[in-house]
Amino acid sequence: MTATLKAYALRLLPQVIALAVILAMVSVAFPGFFRLEMQNGRLYGSLIDILNRGAPVALLAIGMTVVIATKGIDLSVGAVMAICGAVAAAAITSGHSLAMTLVITLGTGIVCGLWNGLLVAVLDIQPIIATLVLMVAGRGIAQLITEGAILTFNDAGLIFIGSGSFLGLPMPVVIWLVFGLLVALLVRRTALGLLIEALGINRRASMLSGVSTGVLLIAAYVLSGLCAAIAGIIAAADIRGADANNAGLWLELDAILAVVVGGTSLLGGRFSIAASLLGALIIQSINTGILLSGFPPEFNLIIKAAIIVLILVIQSPRAQSAFVFLSRPRAAEKKAGQEAK
Amino acid sequence: MNPRYLPLTATVAIFLIAYAICIAQYPNMLSTRVIGNLLTDNAFLGIAAVGMTFVILSGGIDLSIGAVIAFTGVFLAVLLQATSIHPLAAFVLALAVTTAFGALMGAIIHHLEMPPFIVTLAGMFLARGMAFVLSIDSIPIRHPFYATLKGAYYKLPGGGRITLIGGLMLLTFAIGILIAHRTRFGANVYALGGGAATARLMGVPIGRTTVLIYALSGFLAGLSGIVFSLYTSAGYSLATVGVELDAIAAVVIGGTLLTGGSGFVAGTLVGILIQGLIQTYITFDGSLSSWWTKILIGLLLFAFILLQKGLIHVTNRRRRYA
Repeated sequence: MTATLKAYALRLLPQVIALAVILAMVSVAFPGFFRLEMQNGRLYGSLIDILNRGAPVALLAIGMTVVIATKGIDLSVGAVMAICGAVAAAAITSGHSLAMTLVITLGTGIVCGLWNGLLVAVLDIQPIIATLVLMVAGRGIAQLITEGAILTFNDAGLIFIGSGSFLGLPMPVVIWLVFGLLVALLVRRTALGLLIEALGINRRASMLSGVSTGVLLIAAYVLSGLCAAIAGIIAAADIRGADANNAGLWLELDAILAVVVGGTSLLGGRFSIAASLLGALIIQSINTGILLSGFPPEFNLIIKAAIIVLILVIQSPRAQSAFVFLSRPRAAEKKAGQEAK
Repeated sequence: MNPRYLPLTATVAIFLIAYAICIAQYPNMLSTRVIGNLLTDNAFLGIAAVGMTFVILSGGIDLSIGAVIAFTGVFLAVLLQATSIHPLAAFVLALAVTTAFGALMGAIIHHLEMPPFIVTLAGMFLARGMAFVLSIDSIPIRHPFYATLKGAYYKLPGGGRITLIGGLMLLTFAIGILIAHRTRFGANVYALGGGAATARLMGVPIGRTTVLIYALSGFLAGLSGIVFSLYTSAGYSLATVGVELDAIAAVVIGGTLLTGGSGFVAGTLVGILIQGLIQTYITFDGSLSSWWTKILIGLLLFAFILLQKGLIHVTNRRRRYA
């Protein structure tokens, strides 16, 4: 047990260090960064803000990790967020109860995931292209539902999901923490995670050894759709309305980035949901940090691009062999982590 | 018939049938004015899509073009506002920057062995970020030379106009077709898309071809940015968001196989025209909402992917029994 824990800690070490360095840099530029306050039974502070603002990307990253582990990619999550936000707003304003609204919305997300999954698993279409269809059409569908306007609502229950609090934490934070934990337990305490990794490394071999690859692939995209639906509800509840044009815009790229920062390879195989969640927090810390430390927000994208390039260089096999001195400790550490796992 | 030509034939047939339906409903759509506007309004998208066709033919993808178009527009606007440089010199500078940018992405893809998807995603962030840093406002371009360029057109019988930018798009497609089918570089692109390992064994210079492909895509995205700045007479860092998706959709609808190695530059032109036709129809109708464009393009995309899948299935079976 302690060996597994140690391997787990080693796997997450680069992400934890990166997060700590970024937080330390921000706190130098903005002294009151770590201050937490309790007001009206809820914690306030920049750290809580990062957790809260990072909720949609964190949720998307959970589903995206599993999809990428199957050697796929889901470009449609941003559009699915917009669809589900629109569905939630339309359902609640047309008089459905909160429970019914949530069921309809989550169902919509599952249907979207099912569509992507069927295209990838049954019709055998490349994931980038298969999910591109829904990415292009999805925003149109969301606009069709809201009829082009921003659909606002006043239902206290639905708004609570976006801005309420539970045990002192904002509701979105509770949701992504609990959901992430559930999915991580589901894939790691059962054989599912192992089967997904096998499928991602070699689909044909795992099919020949008796893994029902089709069902697993579809399930991965359905999970991604479900995550997008929850993120869509949170995004809509946060602004108390469904904005078909801007809800979830470009979040698919942030989610993919979170997974890549988390160290899961885009070529499929080994994955870690905890590392992807840390990746999402790293991205959000950079966003919040740039705002807090008074940098012009224009630099946000350039800094993001620089970080991706840095990670690409570190991950690339050729750079690792070229910079033996630099990469030796990192490679040894990674190897130890993988062996112990 | 050679199955290679089937997707292209299907695209052309769909365009002609769709245009015939449009004319049956609105006879006014059969005019050179509509055709001229179709070319002018989609000129920037068409030029960028030529570059995307080459990238996709080689089995890659370029997500950065929308951001590069916006960057070029802002770059030109800032340059013309702050200095007294002639627009033509500014165009040359902009093209040099975007071509070098594309070549750099190609070099990273080849030398670091990274998927084009994530490299060009970083490129997209970088180009958009550079545009933001240059200016977050929409800057108008008031140089008299711009007015001259905008005023240049060739008058068609029936009152239609082929504007300078519309003509430039047609010229780009013509040159693109020549490069793809009549040069060694074009043959290398097709070979690379057919399979990198096979291409290497055939003696295709993989590295140089990859760098050239992305440099070409960067160059055409820059040219598209110049055309876009002529079209709007302004530079704005939030412009042309998502153009890469429209370009990819046009390439796929034009019958190019997304796995690479098979397709035609000419098909992309028809793909662009189909997208433009949908928009024109919605404008003529007046009661349909703009979001139907996206839904229809999504459906077309889906239909063409299915068609391609069916074709691959048929050819594979034929090959097996041959």
